[in-house]
Order: sequence, then structure tokens, then C-alpha cells
Amino acid sequence: MNLSLRQRETAFGLALLLPTTVFVGVLAFFPIGYSFYLSLHRIILGLPGLGSRFVGLQNYIDLLSDRVALRAFLNTMAFVFLSTFLEVLFGLLIALVIHRRFRGRGLVRAAVLVPWAIPTVVSSQMWRFIFNDKYGLLNFLLYGSDISQYRAWLAEPLHAFLAVVAADVWKTSSFAALLILAGLQVIPDELYEAAEIDGAGPWERFRRITLPLLRPALLIAVLFRTMDAFRVFDLVFVMTQGGPADSTNVLQFYGYKKIFAEGMLGYGSAISVVVFVITFAVALLYIRMLGRRMFQERL
Amino acid sequence: MKKLFFYLLVFWVVALSLLPFLWFVDTSLKTEVEVTSIPPVLLPSGSLEFYISSIREYNLLHYLGNSLVVAGLTTVITITLSLLAGYTIARLRLPGKQYIMNALLLVSMFPQISIAGPVWRILQNLGWLNTYQGLVLPYVTLTLPLGVWVVAGFFRELPPELEDAAKVDGCSHIQSLFRIMLPLAAPGVFTAAILVFIYAWNEFFFALLIMTRQDYQTLPVGIALFQGQYTLPWGEIAAASTVATVPLVLLVFLFQRRIISGLSAGAVKG
Repeated sequence: MNLSLRQRETAFGLALLLPTTVFVGVLAFFPIGYSFYLSLHRIILGLPGLGSRFVGLQNYIDLLSDRVALRAFLNTMAFVFLSTFLEVLFGLLIALVIHRRFRGRGLVRAAVLVPWAIPTVVSSQMWRFIFNDKYGLLNFLLYGSDISQYRAWLAEPLHAFLAVVAADVWKTSSFAALLILAGLQVIPDELYEAAEIDGAGPWERFRRITLPLLRPALLIAVLFRTMDAFRVFDLVFVMTQGGPADSTNVLQFYGYKKIFAEGMLGYGSAISVVVFVITFAVALLYIRMLGRRMFQERL
Repeated sequence: MKKLFFYLLVFWVVALSLLPFLWFVDTSLKTEVEVTSIPPVLLPSGSLEFYISSIREYNLLHYLGNSLVVAGLTTVITITLSLLAGYTIARLRLPGKQYIMNALLLVSMFPQISIAGPVWRILQNLGWLNTYQGLVLPYVTLTLPLGVWVVAGFFRELPPELEDAAKVDGCSHIQSLFRIMLPLAAPGVFTAAILVFIYAWNEFFFALLIMTRQDYQTLPVGIALFQGQYTLPWGEIAAASTVATVPLVLLVFLFQRRIISGLSAGAVKG
């Protein structure tokens, strides 16, 4: 074969990319399409005798009048907004702290990473125990030995929801902090020095230099946290199982229940497709806000 | 005064990061009586009874073994593939390679539920539910974006002159990848490996779906499903949780710098 140097480079590159493409194609992109196909059918996993009947958009129509699905949708949105907001806020605070130079900074940074590294199932059990009605640390910290005051936090709808948010904020604020830290590190020191010479106070410097220059990093933190918050599952599965009264039911948990607990593969797939479309739309929105150019620069 | 305020802030950040988990470690070292006392006993008696019973009655070592196999295999496969793909994306002229990066970025944002049903069905048809490969294959797919992203970032930072010199000396692409680029990219590969390992070690959703038989379940599934006869076995849950987390805490304290640079690799450059 007589290939040019350039052609050989291309062929070599394609060969190296092949395994990755196969994995991602077969186990990520194909399933998205397959989910859509399944969502147009009525399939009950426990009853293979029924086969898979084509029902068109019936599953989606049913979904519109499914009150639990609506509840799960609203919960997911509330969870995404609340947790992302708090995580980026705390993330910014943590990033500002660990950006400063001080003795023992490496150890502090490692300590901050611990919640991020802990398996979510472990942190979920841990918070479930802290919120426990009898043996929980929270009741003890709030009410001491006055047992009559002890509350079953996870059995009250609003508190259960806030408890799940709190557990998520504890675990992932440090990830937001790292993304924001990376943004802080590229702001040149000279800017601060110049501002100080011009008589700008610390707040002024933060508002006029840090915040505007940190905007891309903050947006990226918001993007990553939002996308991750949409798939909240472990916390809900371990802490509340979606209860009480569906107050912590979220889309990913509801879809899981429909497909794997109730065996409604078709209907559950409709939920999957809706979740995918929502997250995809949100991601596109953010990427547009970030500007295409920035994403291209990252390549 | 300002300094004092700053150190107070540092103290709070560290305390809030560590104390909740230390409380769980503390719980794991208590006795049954101490765990169920109301109000809680603060200092444990240092008993190892929960560690022993989580091994004897709850098969802790079994879950641990499964987690090691699954996370280990995932790391090896993902990193091998990430090397090939990361090198290509960072170093070779290939039309449309940015679409591959975009596709990978997209995959990293997929909600798991949107592919769960089909992935489960594919594995069921292959007879791979409750097998190691049945869990490792989806994990490789889900960790590839992270792996490729980090490895490509490190390859990109190596000076191009190195490879050019090798080419002048008659090295082919394959030779230059394995003889020159790989050794130099070792730190990046190591960073990616840590991140992939942590992901696979912690993953719960797919493990729950695919490993329905106890023999094959990983630590997170085991810990999530621990059930006592009448009450929850909090002591055993805390002991197993500590066992599942200590290796990660060690990784974090040993490789803090790498993890931070890996996680923020390329995240903010503009």
C-alpha cells in the first residue's frame, strides 16, 4: 500500500480511537436510542408472555397525567436548584480559603477532598444515622438529653427533603471548590497589586476583580453540579426511598422504581427519555452561555 | 485580628469536612449497648465487635473482594484505552476529532437512568448479569470520558519537539507513542488511574441493577442493603463504611495535589 504520511497518521489515529468508540457507542449512545424505542412499547418484565406491544406515544401521554411523576419532576428541579446554588456558594468560600498561602495548606486541601472521595452510599448512611430519631447526633446536638424533643427528621416531608439536600451539599461542595480554585489560580496577582495601590479595599477587589474574572469558572462549576444533581439517586435510595409521601422522590429514582421494581420497562423508558431530554437541553443552554469558543479552546 | 478570623474559617472548613465521617468511625468502634444508648455515648470503648460481626455475619470481606476486582479491572482497561485515545486526540492530526471529545463530554453528563434499561437488557441477553464483566464493561464506558480527558490534557502539555526529534530519527507513530510519550505521561496516567479507581469503587446505581446476587455485589451495594432482623445494624454499617472509605482517605492524603490537578484539568483555561 502506498499511503501518504498524512493518511497513515489518520489511519493510525482511527485505529487507536476504535476501542473507545466501540465502548461509548455500544453502551452509551446505542442505549439512548434503544430507550426511545422501548418507550414506544408496552413491556412488563415479569410478564414475558405479553410480549412487547407497540403503543406509540401512549407512555408519554400517561406520563403527563402521572401525579407521582410530576412530583418527582418538581422535586428534582427543586433539588437541582437548591443544591447547585448552595454547592457553588460554599465551593466559592472553600476555594477562597484554600487558595490563600498558609502553613499546612496541603493538609487542609486533602481534608476538604475527603467528603468528595467518600462513596455516596457511605455518606448517605452516615447522614441517615446523624438524622436518626433515636440515636442521631443532630437530635443530641439540638436537644441534649431532653429525649421528649427528639424528632424523626427523615419522616417529615420537608425535613427529609432538606436532609437529602444537606447531605449532597456536604459531599460535593468540595468538587465545586476545586473547579473554582482552578479559576482563581489563573487570575494574575498583578491585578490585585495594582488595585491595592489605587486604594481598593478587599471587598472592592473581590467584587471588581475576582468575581468578574471568575465568571467562567463559576459557570463551569454550575454546569457540572447541575448535571450531577439531575442524577441524584444514591442519597434518596439509602436515606428515604423517595418518602415520606414522595417528598424526596426524584426522576432517576422514580424511573428506577418503574423499570426495576415494577418491571414496567416501556413506561420507565419513557421517564428515562424525558430525563435525558431535560438534562441535554439544560447542558446546551449552559454551553451556549459559556460560549462555544471556550469549549473549543479546551480541546 | 484578620489573621485570627482566617484561621477560624480554616478550622470550620476542616471540621465540617471531617467531623461527620469521624462520627461514623467513632460509631464503628462502639459496642452494641453504646450505639443504641439514648442520648448517644460520645467516646467509644474501642471495641472491634462490629468489625468482627460485619465480617462473620455480613460477608464484608466478600464485598471488599468484589469491589477490588471490579474497580481494579475497570481502572486497567479504562486507562489502557484512554492512553490510546488521549494520545490520538492530543497529538495526531485527525479530521473531526473535536467531535469525539464533544461526544465524550456528552457521555459524562448522561443521567444513568437514561441508559439503564437498555444496558441491563443487553447484559441480560449476553447472560452477563451477576458477572464481573457485566459490571466492568459499563464502568469502562462511563469512566472513559474522565480518563481520556485527563490523559489527553497531560499529553498536550508535553513539548512537540520531543516527538518531532524522534520522527526525524525514523521512529514511527507507534514507536514514538510507546517509547517516548508513554514514559513521559506516566504522572498523568497515574492521576487518571486514581480518579477512575475512585469512581468505580464508589459507583452504586449500576452495581445495584446488575449485581442482584450477593456473591457478586460490591461494597456500596452491600452497605446500602445491610439489614438486621428487627433494627438496622448501625454498628456494622459504620464498620463496613469505614473499611470502604479508609483506602480512599489514604489516596486523598497521599495524592491530594494530583487529584486536584486531575479534576480541574482543562476545566478552566480561558
